[in-house]
Amino acid sequence: MSAGPLLEVSGLRKTYPGVVANDDVSFSVGPGEVHALLGENGAGKSTLVKMVYGLVRPDEGRMTFAGQPYAPSSPHEARSTGVAMVFQHFSLFEALDVAENVALGMETPPPMRTLAASIREVSETYGLPLDPSRLVGDLSAGERQRVEIIRCLLQDPKLLIMDEPTSVLTPQEVGILFDTLRKLQSEGTSILYISHKLEEIRSLCQGATVLRLGRVVGSCDPREKSARELAELMVGTELTAPAVRAGAPGPVALKVDKLSVASPSEFGTALREVSFEVREGEILGIGGVAGNGQDELLGALSGEIGTAPGAVALKGRDIGALGPNARRRLGLLAAPEERLGHAAAPDMSLVENGVLSAWVRKDLVSRGFVDWKRARRYAEEVIAAFDVRTPGPDNAARSLSGGNLQKFVVGREILQKPEVLVINQPTWGVDASAAAAIRQALLDLAGEGAAVVVISQDLDELMEIAGRFAALNEGRLSAARLTEALTMEEIGLMMGGAHGMEVAHV
Amino acid sequence: MFGSIDPLVLIASLMVASTPILLAAMGELVTEKSGVLNLGVEGMMIVGAVAGFITAVETGSPALGFIAAAVGAAILSALFAVLTLVFLSNQVATGLGLTLFGLGVSSLMGQGYNGVRPPSSPRVTIPGLSDIPVFALHPMVYISLLLVVAVWWVLRSTRPGLILRAVGESHDSAHALGYSVRGTRFAAVLFGGACAGLGGAFLSLVIVPQWTEGMTAGRGWIALAIVVFASWRAWRVLLGAYLFGGVTVLQLNLQAAGVAIPVELLSMSPYLITIVVLVIISSDRRRAAANAPASLGRSFHASS
Amino acid sequence: MIRLEKRPTPSRVWAWATPVVAVLATMVAGGIMFAALGKNPVEAIRTIFWDPILGEYAFYYRGQLLVKAGPLILIAVGLSLGFRAGIWNIGAEGQYIIGAICGAAVGLALYPLEARWLVFPLMIAAGALGGLLWAMIPGVLKTRFNTNEILVSLLLVYVAEQILAWMALGPLRNPDGSGFPGSRNLRQYEAAANNELIAGSGMHWGVVAALIAVIFAYILLSRHLMGFHIRLAGQSPRAARFAGVNPERLILFCLGISGALAGLAGLFEVAGPAGQISIDFNTGYGFTAIIVAFLGRLHPIGILLAGLLMALTYIGGEAAQATMGLPAAAIQAFQGMLLFFLLGFDVLTSFRVRLGREAHA
Repeated sequence: MSAGPLLEVSGLRKTYPGVVANDDVSFSVGPGEVHALLGENGAGKSTLVKMVYGLVRPDEGRMTFAGQPYAPSSPHEARSTGVAMVFQHFSLFEALDVAENVALGMETPPPMRTLAASIREVSETYGLPLDPSRLVGDLSAGERQRVEIIRCLLQDPKLLIMDEPTSVLTPQEVGILFDTLRKLQSEGTSILYISHKLEEIRSLCQGATVLRLGRVVGSCDPREKSARELAELMVGTELTAPAVRAGAPGPVALKVDKLSVASPSEFGTALREVSFEVREGEILGIGGVAGNGQDELLGALSGEIGTAPGAVALKGRDIGALGPNARRRLGLLAAPEERLGHAAAPDMSLVENGVLSAWVRKDLVSRGFVDWKRARRYAEEVIAAFDVRTPGPDNAARSLSGGNLQKFVVGREILQKPEVLVINQPTWGVDASAAAAIRQALLDLAGEGAAVVVISQDLDELMEIAGRFAALNEGRLSAARLTEALTMEEIGLMMGGAHGMEVAHV
Repeated sequence: MFGSIDPLVLIASLMVASTPILLAAMGELVTEKSGVLNLGVEGMMIVGAVAGFITAVETGSPALGFIAAAVGAAILSALFAVLTLVFLSNQVATGLGLTLFGLGVSSLMGQGYNGVRPPSSPRVTIPGLSDIPVFALHPMVYISLLLVVAVWWVLRSTRPGLILRAVGESHDSAHALGYSVRGTRFAAVLFGGACAGLGGAFLSLVIVPQWTEGMTAGRGWIALAIVVFASWRAWRVLLGAYLFGGVTVLQLNLQAAGVAIPVELLSMSPYLITIVVLVIISSDRRRAAANAPASLGRSFHASS
Repeated sequence: MIRLEKRPTPSRVWAWATPVVAVLATMVAGGIMFAALGKNPVEAIRTIFWDPILGEYAFYYRGQLLVKAGPLILIAVGLSLGFRAGIWNIGAEGQYIIGAICGAAVGLALYPLEARWLVFPLMIAAGALGGLLWAMIPGVLKTRFNTNEILVSLLLVYVAEQILAWMALGPLRNPDGSGFPGSRNLRQYEAAANNELIAGSGMHWGVVAALIAVIFAYILLSRHLMGFHIRLAGQSPRAARFAGVNPERLILFCLGISGALAGLAGLFEVAGPAGQISIDFNTGYGFTAIIVAFLGRLHPIGILLAGLLMALTYIGGEAAQATMGLPAAAIQAFQGMLLFFLLGFDVLTSFRVRLGREAHA
């Protein structure tokens, strides 16, 4: 084998109607190198790796793999060349078992019985315990990722692509994943590692390519740069930390007492005796790995999921039996995680989406009839106050970028002057400037005396804005603790530690 | 009053009466497992019934009739596949349209075939067994049973079956892994159409046997209900179809015996019983949903 | 290769243009079908679409237009509310039958009472109630037992047909009818008759009800919170739940309204154009109304126009049958084709169609 790069990408360009996703992108990954692809949401990282994996065909540019021209027309071709990929949004099938899921990601899977044996073998070698006969729908997020990784490892890939792998892991699980990746690297496997988490990249990668707005804006050895330097390269401007308005928390605004609800979805997580309090002027951060009951908690607090009388109290008043609009009337507002299809209706205009959750408190309906003039004024007010970039309030929700729609959704709730706001994943998939604006708005809201519950999987975000922190793990909520006093180690343990995982036998 | 009826004769007539629905439901099972809800089963069955009838009458060969029925109904289902998979039309509306269109086309095609008798099919003869009614039925009855075994085996133990289930479970994941969602679903829809066509032809060539407009009389809808009843499992489709066949045979026997129950009440009993069974199956929400393809009825458009 | 690109916002132009394009395409395809049947396609299209309105015998057909369009519009408006909310009542035919039976039964029970102010309103109420209750069966089964409303509502059509046969032969049979099946003719019973309001216009109370339903639905969908919730629930069920919509109440509301309107259509038909309960009373309005609802893009005004157009194909089809010997089934196939073309062209509303492989920049 030559000593040249394993994967060389030069001059890749891909456009979609109205967007240039990638333009003149070049970089290379050496054999046995862990190479980072760094960039914020919307920088074009996903499109780029989809081209490497054969899911998307570039408009221009060339790739070589191990010195040979490489232009995969499908993932099948990519896999048979030796490229494997672990997706951020897993490409898994919940109703199928682990072995079937693994087989679907392989080109020539062995018979099921042999496959089950090799899954056990590989999972033991790399310290990723997994039962081949379990349904994927019953697995935790970390376990699902193991399915994806094992699926790749069984094909002895030369290049492993990992798209934001740590976003679904506890700090302890991240440590174990890194051990696995280092073991793979020592065996000669190259890894293309996509992330926007800078400390991870600095501890794991030997090379980094930084993308901004679809173009390469720099490449470096991340070990030689500070996290701040990398961040500024990635975002393009200097970052300012949000201003925290200090104030002593007031009386208890929202009290949740032994809240237990079943999940409305088949593979969801039931909440088990969740109890917490949040005070006026305070932000309570609720962390946890995806799929540990976050959606259910938001639904139970917003009133979408029916709760038992006595389980939820707003300012001392029992609201357990009330529905969403009765809770809104009393001042408890919510913003769900999924923007398109839950917080907003994709094909409806912003005016209509404003009516969706604001008609009760903003008097947009009189005697059953919607006052569309007032509704339009409210949408315009939200657009102006939160700097939502859109041609106008008549545009459909789905025509907005993720960051702009999220600003609209958050703004729609905040301008209703909530007593308590519950928000799930406020900055998920949002660009850095929108994320900063949203975090600042939440801090301001608390500063004005509202109680805020932020459910998030982004620990850095919670450390930055929350006064107290609690973690959801398998539907149970830990006791809340002051964020200042917490270490990453402790947070990890609150989130469930390594979920029964053992350290890789390196 | 049953004393005079040989139980084996009863079982044999039950098997015959169930076969059209069994065939159509097995086809729909495969279609739905791929994530497509085709409500046009009734339309595809009746087109199969008329296409098979005309071909059998004109050629004198029932076998050719069955082939033509499968092809004709598959062509009709291809229309559905193009509309829902390529033009991304609503599956419910398109399926309903297919039924309405199929009913119209079939009566148009069947002009002039009213009252004609089709050629009769040879029965299977196995020496020594043919005296037993259950072993002397139309070959299609046994083919439909083989179909159950084949569908069960393919879905459970083969790679094409696994890919089909994967596409029906999560088309996004299947696409991300490089499988052709559209191609898989197209094939499943065509298979469903062909099976429904065979079921229709069995009705017009064997059970009735003649051509009358609207002769499927809701059997396509009952086939759809049986797929739900069966929680998308091949063996339970067989059970459901034979249960329905049993009710049909029983009520016909009761009508013939002149029991003091209004004829209309007996005639509506298969539909009522289907509804009751649906209620029982659906009321256990978790079990009803457990085996349902998660992408059922959702359009797929690859965004990248 | 055809490629589809999702539009950021649905096209308003195409939303109105697709039905027109679909009608034109159906005329072309229908013409080919008629030619294949050995008929002159141009003459057939003219007989169906032109003659009933502007031809020599138009004075006869024009009245028929409203008679046929009335029930189609009335039923389709009701169905469209449910379809918009993702609630699929496809058993309107059964609700139509039950409404007719209930309404007629009340009228026949009161025979020969002459108080029209009492008899006719009571019949209307009974017709609407009958359809509503019949539609409540799939509604309650869905909310209580999670049963699929598509299948139940449809299966109940076959049950309703059996009830119709039983009624025509048994309880409602005309005691003075010398043993023939079928009820007394309600048109000959002054207090119960739904006769033409203006001679020769085809305008009867059912047509009036249809127009009221169109206006009612228009206001409901565009101005009322309930209409907003209906649209929201159809587009994104989770967002509807977040907005506080109670899905069970919505299911019962939509099925109830559509059932009541279908029942009304049945009552007006049995007391007017049909005149009596007979075994072959129902002629498929409940199914054709599904096409009308989609052709009208589930919009009340669109449904009004689509109902008139569909009525035209019925009458024109009958005319073509009489003058050219075109089989009746050809019109049924023609109507099915229309729905297909509409559903196919509908893609243009939400997507741009590009020819060729991926465009190079």
